[in-house]
Amino acid sequence: MRIIVPIKQVPNTNDVRIDPKTGTLIREGVESIVNPEDLNAVEAALGLRDKFGGQVVVVSMGPPQTEEAMREVLAMGVDEAYLLTDRALAGADTLATAYSLSRAIRKIGEFDLVICGRQAIDGDTAQVGPQLAEFLKLPQITYVRKLDVEADSVVAERVLENGYEIVKASIPALLTVTKEMNRPRYPTMSGIRLSFREKEIHWWKAEDFDAEPWRIGLEGSPTWVKTTFSPPRKAPGQILKGTAKEIGREVVRRLTEKNLI
Amino acid sequence: MGIVIIADKCTGCKLCVSACPYGAIDMIGNTAVLNSRCNDCCACIESCKVAAIIFEGTKRERVDVDLSQFKDIWVVAEQREANLMRVATELLGKGRELAEAKGQRLCSVLIGHKVRHLAQELFEHGADVVYLAEAEELSYYRTGPYSRVLSELIIEYKPDVVLFGATTIGRDLAPRVANRIQTGLTADCTKLEIEPGTGALLQTRPAFGGNIMATILCTRSRPQMSTVRPGVMAVAQRQPGRSGDLVEKEVKLRRADFSTEIIKVVKGEKRHVNLEEAKVIVSGGRGLGGPDRFALIEELASLLGGEVGASRAAVDSGWIDSLHQVGQTGKTVRPRLYIACGISGAIQHLAGMQSSELIVSINKDPDAPIHRIADFAIIADLHSVIPALIEELKSRGKTVPAGASGQAAAA
Repeated sequence: MRIIVPIKQVPNTNDVRIDPKTGTLIREGVESIVNPEDLNAVEAALGLRDKFGGQVVVVSMGPPQTEEAMREVLAMGVDEAYLLTDRALAGADTLATAYSLSRAIRKIGEFDLVICGRQAIDGDTAQVGPQLAEFLKLPQITYVRKLDVEADSVVAERVLENGYEIVKASIPALLTVTKEMNRPRYPTMSGIRLSFREKEIHWWKAEDFDAEPWRIGLEGSPTWVKTTFSPPRKAPGQILKGTAKEIGREVVRRLTEKNLI
Repeated sequence: MGIVIIADKCTGCKLCVSACPYGAIDMIGNTAVLNSRCNDCCACIESCKVAAIIFEGTKRERVDVDLSQFKDIWVVAEQREANLMRVATELLGKGRELAEAKGQRLCSVLIGHKVRHLAQELFEHGADVVYLAEAEELSYYRTGPYSRVLSELIIEYKPDVVLFGATTIGRDLAPRVANRIQTGLTADCTKLEIEPGTGALLQTRPAFGGNIMATILCTRSRPQMSTVRPGVMAVAQRQPGRSGDLVEKEVKLRRADFSTEIIKVVKGEKRHVNLEEAKVIVSGGRGLGGPDRFALIEELASLLGGEVGASRAAVDSGWIDSLHQVGQTGKTVRPRLYIACGISGAIQHLAGMQSSELIVSINKDPDAPIHRIADFAIIADLHSVIPALIEELKSRGKTVPAGASGQAAAA
């Protein structure tokens, strides 16, 4: 099986804070990580390769430092890595990103599955997966937490708000997986050695994967950010003091007053 | 200039015909031929396996869209098993505001099977027009058939704005359609307004896990599409007896649309956790110390007539099912009362509940960020406070409703 996994390097948003004076993001000291659900996607791909044989190919669009993320997944056991890095790709919204990834994947060649993480923790849109599926004209199954391959189809468990459904799609197909899918493996010592010493990362510029200039980067993005601001702070409330019993009584009194009980 | 089909290379496989969202390719004999509807979106180029379609011209540029041709605010009315989802009525509420601001109509799109009766509910919640597309193949949501029907409706009627609920359906359908139409999509909007002067849709949403808010514009393409989470906008006022125009669309699906098949649908065996519609939510976090402590949370929630929520920490630790998770990667809620117990208040959690009318925080850590957004902050041990609250409620005659015990779904 040949499986392609698009990944993204993101700032660890759990550690991001707002500067109280300026209201802007403090990014220093915030480490860059592989987007968590992309690791679940890589693990899913590696699991299928372990079972059926084949290759796992990772592709990522980003600045040159994305190489760190690629080395990390190569150390997990990924076979091939393609890094799309070019000034012209910068400023892309999800449509332009999905377009760029789709052209690169076309250039990389035939595949059976594309497995993506459901969403990135910086953009939080969950759009690139389905948009990529549309560009590649593939059937899509989103919110996957379990999958199996049989004959020429993939059967997946898709999470719903209340329950789940079992969906079957013909291969080739695109899936987006959630963190419930699996526990990503740690790189082994030999994996790390192989990743840094022997495995090659293909560095591609826009012209290397036949991307039309007017469809990539800022130029190719129908949406753009007008302003950013920190979320409005609520007016401070009251601190209730006393013994547990007193607090209990006070809370119930106040809530009853406000007609909430 | 533009898309050219090289007749000699065409094998008559018709893949391009299926790929074209505008119906711009006809088959004359066994050869594909472009008609006047082509707008250079290039979807056919990507679909042709024999390189018979090329883009000719020295300078490939985006086609400038005449924005003035696009009118009306559309809401995609999500329905499941012929029941209208509440998020549809919430979007109609916001949609009405946007329609008034632009002096345009509010329309709704209803796709499914045997769902005609829902049109009345949509009219009563403010829709002036309902576009109805019915077919047996549309009973259960599937990406292929739904994206074809919706794309065709959008291409034909040219709406200015299209709103979707950010649900498992909306987040699967909206990006697929946005891509087919080659337009912009903004996810999880918490605020939608019309920009004075330009009339553009200002779409505000959280990013970086909720650490920052961004206002997004989609200036060059139409329609402007947004998804909005359930529970963020207020439900539209219902006007019983109100009517509107019903426009029926003929559904013509193609084989290519059926690339996925639903084998089985499994409803949650656990009692449906409806956090988005709850008036009261009592949530537990890491401070609870373990899964059995959720029994306290359940009891308090029952006495208050509410639901049980949880922070991501509690869910990740396996103490409670993710159905109860509130936050950036969980559910967004806006109950009248939200009691956070043993929750620190990480920004990703706040993103999911900060619009609650009244917030009570119980956390013995005085520096826990949750206290800063609480209306009543209790800096004390929840293991003493919650039992005290329960006792006080019981002494005032509150009881746990029958059949409500064990309501929290175990992980």
